[in-house]
Amino acid sequence: MNKRTKMMWNAGLIAALLATLFILEQILPSGSMFFTVLKKGAIYALVAVSMNLLNGFTGLFSLGQAGFMLLGAYAYAILTIPVESRGSVYQYFDGGIIQFTVPVPVALIAGGLLAAVFAFLIGLPVLRLKSDYLAIATLGFAEIIRAVFQWDKLGPITNGSNLLRNFPSFKSVLYPFVVSGICIALIVMLINSTYGRAFKAIRDDEIAAEAMGINLAHHKRLAFVISSFFAGVSGGLLAMYQTTIQASMFKSAMTYEILLIVVIGGIGSVTGSCISSFLFIACSEWWLRFLDNENLYLGGFHVPFLRPGFRKVVFALVIMIMVLFYRQGIMGTKEFSVEGIADFFKNKFGRKKTAEGGASHE
Amino acid sequence: MDWITKNLPYLMAGVSVGGQYALIAIGYTMVYGILRLINFAHGDIFMVAGLIMVYATTAMPIYIAIPLMIVVTVFLGFMVERVAYKPLRSAPRMSIMISAIGVSYLLQNMALYVTGGLSQQYPTIPWISDTVTIFGATTKRVTLITPVLTIVLVVALVLLIKKTKIGMAMRAASRDFETSQLMGIKINSVISMTFIIGTFLAAVGSLLFFTNYTGVTPTAGAMPGLKAFVAAVFGGIGSIPGAVIGAFIIGICENIIKGLGWTTFSDAFTFALLIVILIAKPTGLFGEKATDKV
Repeated sequence: MNKRTKMMWNAGLIAALLATLFILEQILPSGSMFFTVLKKGAIYALVAVSMNLLNGFTGLFSLGQAGFMLLGAYAYAILTIPVESRGSVYQYFDGGIIQFTVPVPVALIAGGLLAAVFAFLIGLPVLRLKSDYLAIATLGFAEIIRAVFQWDKLGPITNGSNLLRNFPSFKSVLYPFVVSGICIALIVMLINSTYGRAFKAIRDDEIAAEAMGINLAHHKRLAFVISSFFAGVSGGLLAMYQTTIQASMFKSAMTYEILLIVVIGGIGSVTGSCISSFLFIACSEWWLRFLDNENLYLGGFHVPFLRPGFRKVVFALVIMIMVLFYRQGIMGTKEFSVEGIADFFKNKFGRKKTAEGGASHE
Repeated sequence: MDWITKNLPYLMAGVSVGGQYALIAIGYTMVYGILRLINFAHGDIFMVAGLIMVYATTAMPIYIAIPLMIVVTVFLGFMVERVAYKPLRSAPRMSIMISAIGVSYLLQNMALYVTGGLSQQYPTIPWISDTVTIFGATTKRVTLITPVLTIVLVVALVLLIKKTKIGMAMRAASRDFETSQLMGIKINSVISMTFIIGTFLAAVGSLLFFTNYTGVTPTAGAMPGLKAFVAAVFGGIGSIPGAVIGAFIIGICENIIKGLGWTTFSDAFTFALLIVILIAKPTGLFGEKATDKV
């Protein structure tokens, strides 16, 4: 399959996916859990891919994702709350000091940029650390950010530890899909560029990469800043999805969740991260919900143990089983692609490949 | 004198909290020393120890409840290692760490299910919860006991590691995992022993820690666990004296910050301190310097 057919296939698949979503949205009731899962899944897919860029492709073990999402979410919310409702949102701070709004896309990008700037600054000292030390330093950084944003003295900007609300949000499920899709496409392009190859070289062997003439500090910083940028954007999207935000949402538990998604999807696989984020969200929010129902009868048999909270226990068990028995994750380091499926079917049902390496029937 | 009576409570609280962190931090640092694993579930085992105590005291007198709580917690720590970490011994480091996060998630959710998300009233333990007055400052007796008990336990642990056979095996395993295996050390029993010691200390720590607080919630272990881990990294992860000193420094600093009226920043300050130390000494205060061999 040559490059052009591949691109057309991919474009066709994406168009078909968006069209299906559009049609489903017209048919199904808008309160359906299906859409909740899709919206949140798309947002988590973006942040998971951004984390994968660091952990899977550059080999930097960073746990600061929640902090960068917080920056993006706050920047988005602060820049888009309509001026007339600022009085009620910032009720303890005389309406706050920021009295202008910017369009939604600009605010999302601003959120990403804020996260990127912070990543650059924190990266200067922290990126010299190795593996676990880097992880705990970035985790600590995220906790510091969370504390600073809850500080009363910054209240006129961040509203202290109170909720931020009334900012514009999205209705259609297409919105997070398109934004996340564009961002993930950009990340994929980066991974396939010379920079991406340098990142992978650093992941595989730092010393060898340095000997090959790759500037370690520069590339690590670049990966860190770009990953944080997209985490910031996804933070903005998460704010839109939740419709209210508060600094206390962005705990380290959130970073662990994203790390679980990345690992279950397969470290070093972009499509794996996307698939697993949808599965993860669907499992935790939707498919297991019946387990919280106390009065569940299976043909007259009252199922024991069921009460609110049981769903999460089962979900945690499912995750443990996944981790213990699928060490490589769903996709391993492979990618889901049109080519792969075509090859799969060709091997299964088509003519046998010739010794020269594939029949050229395209 | 006035200054002392004003600040002594914070200092004492700091030393006490530091001792509690130290007891948790040893579990982190020993496991890391041998398995190179950040045992994210350790903080949650600490929380589960608190919950077991809550439920045990409703059914039996306190002098049975305490030993029972310690035994059950130690068994839990042992089982966690056997079920969740042992099968992954040859897997990449990331998988075993994810397994630890999974266990932490599971323990938290089980606690949530059992307690229904409500804070459980921690039992009042006679004698150690009594109020005492020193230099005009009133405090609970546990504040005074904690540092002493911590030091005693740490000394006992250091003796165990320096003098006994299993301690020697632990030192060998943490120096070089593969070689010690080749030398005939039963690595699985060494690792189990490490987890048993770690969870035992965490159980004692939880007894002291939760006495100062009113209740146990399913996420009560997350923050102390993280702080204790920070303490372990601060002192150079893998080093027991490092973890203890790190824990005392962090406990004292945190309470001084609280005493100055910056309670919002007491957690943030801990992490800021960690980052500063790591920048100055990338492997912590007493950590071994990692050298890359080409």
